[in-house]
Amino acid sequence: MKLIGLRLKVRATMLAVLFSASVHAEDRGMPAGQGLEAKLEYCKTCHGLQGQGYLGYFPMPRLAGQQPDYIEAQLRAFIERRRTNPIMFNVAHVLSPAMLADLATHFRNLDPKPFGGAPRGALAEGKRIFEEGLPEANVPACSACHGMEGKGQHEIPRLAGQLYAYTVGQLTGWKKERGQGSAVDTSAIMAPTAHNLTRSQVEAVAAYVSYLQ
Amino acid sequence: MFKARKLEVMKRIGFRVAILAIFASTVPSWAGGVDGAGVRNCTWCHGASGQGYMVAPRLAGQRPQYIESQLRSFRTHTRDNPFSKQYMWGAVAALGPNAAHDLAIYFATIAPKAANDGDSDLATRGRAIYLEGIPEANIAACYACHGPDAEGVRDIPRLGGLAYFYLKGRLEQWGQGYHSAAGSPMPMVASHLGPDEIEALASYLSFVR
Repeated sequence: MKLIGLRLKVRATMLAVLFSASVHAEDRGMPAGQGLEAKLEYCKTCHGLQGQGYLGYFPMPRLAGQQPDYIEAQLRAFIERRRTNPIMFNVAHVLSPAMLADLATHFRNLDPKPFGGAPRGALAEGKRIFEEGLPEANVPACSACHGMEGKGQHEIPRLAGQLYAYTVGQLTGWKKERGQGSAVDTSAIMAPTAHNLTRSQVEAVAAYVSYLQ
Repeated sequence: MFKARKLEVMKRIGFRVAILAIFASTVPSWAGGVDGAGVRNCTWCHGASGQGYMVAPRLAGQRPQYIESQLRSFRTHTRDNPFSKQYMWGAVAALGPNAAHDLAIYFATIAPKAANDGDSDLATRGRAIYLEGIPEANIAACYACHGPDAEGVRDIPRLGGLAYFYLKGRLEQWGQGYHSAAGSPMPMVASHLGPDEIEALASYLSFVR
């Protein structure tokens, strides 16, 4: 009997805590479903429970360990249609500016293992392109901006552990997806490099970075 | 009107289930390979050309990797909804990986038909949810994983043309704590869907070919 009483008390306390949390959310004028925790869970339905990415019909990129400035810049690019992606436009255009920053920061400290699955045949070539570039083809070393470990900085994204299919898709379709419209956009920096890489070089470097921890 | 039809269909399902139960208890143990006997063990319930029948879903045109993964899940009892337990756990108990692979390829190559048995008035709303999700309610777009024509890819299933009652049941079951395969994002995805959204999605998908 005592035990049941105690359990009931614990339940009641938990309910009280939950209730007060939801009241707080309403206090701040948030519509249902727009609280930070609910929204993070929503991100993770597609991008993986630890933000490690997921391979659906389309590859959903890894967000874990990603630079907050980069995530925020991309969410804005989706909203302003500088980056075309129908799914991410729908997702992002309902987010408040404060929510963008909070979401972007959250993924910084997640550190799951890379998603894996990339072909391993050209890892050495990928490493060479990543660290030295291809001077004869006007391709600078990726590491010059993205860092030797591929962790990125500020608006320059982390590439380490990124899904192979995602990186291949981005590098081969750079100008079709990014830098749309007339506004000047940091994505322009990558356009010549993406253009100068051959398909097999893209695959090599995408495979290499996908295994970086 | 719709309710009356539902009741009627539910009655019919009850009747079919009774028949299926008799079959399930009498099917011979697995013979192996895609020979007549092997395929017949599936088509008893899934229909002569794998187009599905009442509670047994269409296998025709389904992704082969999905069929294989689900056969594995039935064997390991990971896929645990009531019909799976009742029929499929026993049906695959003696089915080896090679036979499962051959059957998956066999059914995947049959052209699927659309069930067309949803509520056509709900199809437009279902299509909008499928393609866009409901971002305000944290409902993800189905299209991101299942593809623009709900055709599926790899071990992500085709949903287009499956029967309304099967789709509705599966979407409800994710929220009720049933499982399908380890690591599936579906319990999280579907837990945000309300009954109206489930009916709209199941209706729309039943018409997709």
